[in-house]
Amino acid sequence: MKQKFNIITSTCVPLPLENVDTDQIIPARFLKATDKKGFGENLFRDWRYDKQGNKIESFVLNDPTYGGQILVAGKNFGSGSSREHAAWAIADYGFRVVVSSFFADIHKNNELNNFVLPVVVSESFLAELFDSIFADPKTEVEVNLPAQTITNKATGKSEHFDINAYKKDCLVNGLDDIDYLLSNKDKIEAYEKRVL
Amino acid sequence: MNTLFDKIWDSHVVTIIEEGPTQLYIDRLYCHEVTSPQAFAGMRARGLKPLRPERIYCMPDHNTPTHDQDKPIEDPVSKKQVDTLAKNAAEFGLTHYGMMDERNGIIHVVGPERALTLPGMTIVCGDSHTSTHGAVGAVAFGIGTSEVEMVMASQCILQAKPKTMRIRVEGNLGKGVTAKDVALYIMSKVTTSGATGYFIEYAGSAIRSLTMEGRLTLCNLSIEMGARGGMIAPDETTFAYLKGRENAPTGEDWDKAVAYWKTLQSGEDAVFDKEILFDAADIEPMVTYGTNPGMGMGVTGHILTVEGMSDVEKNSFLKSMEYMGFQPGESLLGKKIDYVFLGSCTNGRIEDFRAFASIVKGRKKADHVVAWLVPGSWMVDAQIREEGLDKIFEEAGFQLRQPGCSACLAMNDDKIPAGKYAVSTSNRNFEGRQGPGARTILAGPLVAAAAAVTGVITDPRELKDL
Repeated sequence: MKQKFNIITSTCVPLPLENVDTDQIIPARFLKATDKKGFGENLFRDWRYDKQGNKIESFVLNDPTYGGQILVAGKNFGSGSSREHAAWAIADYGFRVVVSSFFADIHKNNELNNFVLPVVVSESFLAELFDSIFADPKTEVEVNLPAQTITNKATGKSEHFDINAYKKDCLVNGLDDIDYLLSNKDKIEAYEKRVL
Repeated sequence: MNTLFDKIWDSHVVTIIEEGPTQLYIDRLYCHEVTSPQAFAGMRARGLKPLRPERIYCMPDHNTPTHDQDKPIEDPVSKKQVDTLAKNAAEFGLTHYGMMDERNGIIHVVGPERALTLPGMTIVCGDSHTSTHGAVGAVAFGIGTSEVEMVMASQCILQAKPKTMRIRVEGNLGKGVTAKDVALYIMSKVTTSGATGYFIEYAGSAIRSLTMEGRLTLCNLSIEMGARGGMIAPDETTFAYLKGRENAPTGEDWDKAVAYWKTLQSGEDAVFDKEILFDAADIEPMVTYGTNPGMGMGVTGHILTVEGMSDVEKNSFLKSMEYMGFQPGESLLGKKIDYVFLGSCTNGRIEDFRAFASIVKGRKKADHVVAWLVPGSWMVDAQIREEGLDKIFEEAGFQLRQPGCSACLAMNDDKIPAGKYAVSTSNRNFEGRQGPGARTILAGPLVAAAAAVTGVITDPRELKDL
């Protein structure tokens, strides 16, 4: 899962819905695996397929008009259950970036821990981005992690996004938190000596 | 500054990474079978052993069937996940309460009832409803599987410190208003994202008046507003609840602990990033009508209309109405329902079963209603039998099932069929949460009981002088 993240330029998949919860991203009945593989197949399962398992043509993932490594969603993306399977499904499907005006906390961390970048943009940037994508599905977006900017190439508009310096460093270098914590054992033992 | 949350968080800081998160020491890690296997696999791949195995407790709850638990689980995939937890716990030297162990149950019910959860602790679990444990005055929050692995490996987690929010509810709660109704009411006002980025402290006279179990219900639902967690300062209610329980300190240790726990209060001068005040008198028994827990209203109320909504809001709202089969502006009183679910980490404790029994006693279950009564743990099950509530249920035509998460998220066989309405005491009414196509109406145990005996959405205050 570890991979380095630098600049991604891609077309987008639009999902203009608010409060997309992790039960929609990956329903609970698909959480029974004991490894991290294959969750992409069931990403947005019940919006993507009907009860008989047929594709629901109107759902955006089944619409060949749209594609790319960037998912663009309405505000409060990833609310609800803490299941990291949601982030695994997004990553396994091939998304490297999720753009929204607001993310739920736990899911945001889960994306970062799986080298998927959650990019928070303003409501106006998001609304305009949806307009650009619907007007021209070939619209590209550039996400530049080192510069912390996102650019809608259709309009040329650019916005700065926040990410803490530590996590940015992890993503750029393909390192995770456990690498850091394991290098830090003396501090943990010092804490235990002091407090416990 | 100087809030209850700050006191506990700050006393657990190992170090703060410059321009980055805090490395926080974790007192207790709970693991269930769904969100832990990949963490154990990660540990194995890196050749790691848990740093502090004695601080980690494991139990299966999500996949466990609610009948015939003495027999092997029929679903081979569920069985494998449950067996994997047992194997992992044995291999890594962790405490494990397996299925049929008298200590087994839903992890968020078992932790407090066995006093594994104590005031002042930092507690995490790969489960968003870990916020439950904050009710005793702990900093408890849900995490992802990568973070579970992090805590196993280092007994620490890297987290940005959340902002603080105090929600006060002042005054007396009305008749028939339970902790669940308080939570659904607050959610309906704050919305499902209104507390994202915050850690909540609940305070005020109405909160103080809640029993320990009521407080667990309230804190359980903090995540449904987007909050990392919710907590309540420990007081005599907390101490009386914990005293004498399996893992609570005893003798001199108890006295010392209580003396410390009494210091766990927000100071007079505490400053919160956000404060919200509610009047307890405004709260009535609640139901939800939509597909997120913030879409709630008084049981006698009417669903919102689309007036004043933006296009994206209207789009989401109407999608939700279509899924539920409801019309904007309508009342739900008298709507026929098909299923009732009493249980979950939200409302699976003894007081919830007492409340349900108080309504169904001397009445009969409506013929067309399928009701699932699922205790949150074997301890709750034993209490139900000890108090004779099982007899009341039986006479009214209800059967008790065996403990687990059950129909809350339908990972076992307890699934609500597509298109059917379920009045559920659980925590989420998301599309498909209780089974593909299932339509969930969240409510407290009194509203659920009233629906179970009348077969329609009913104000429980009409059935009984509560």
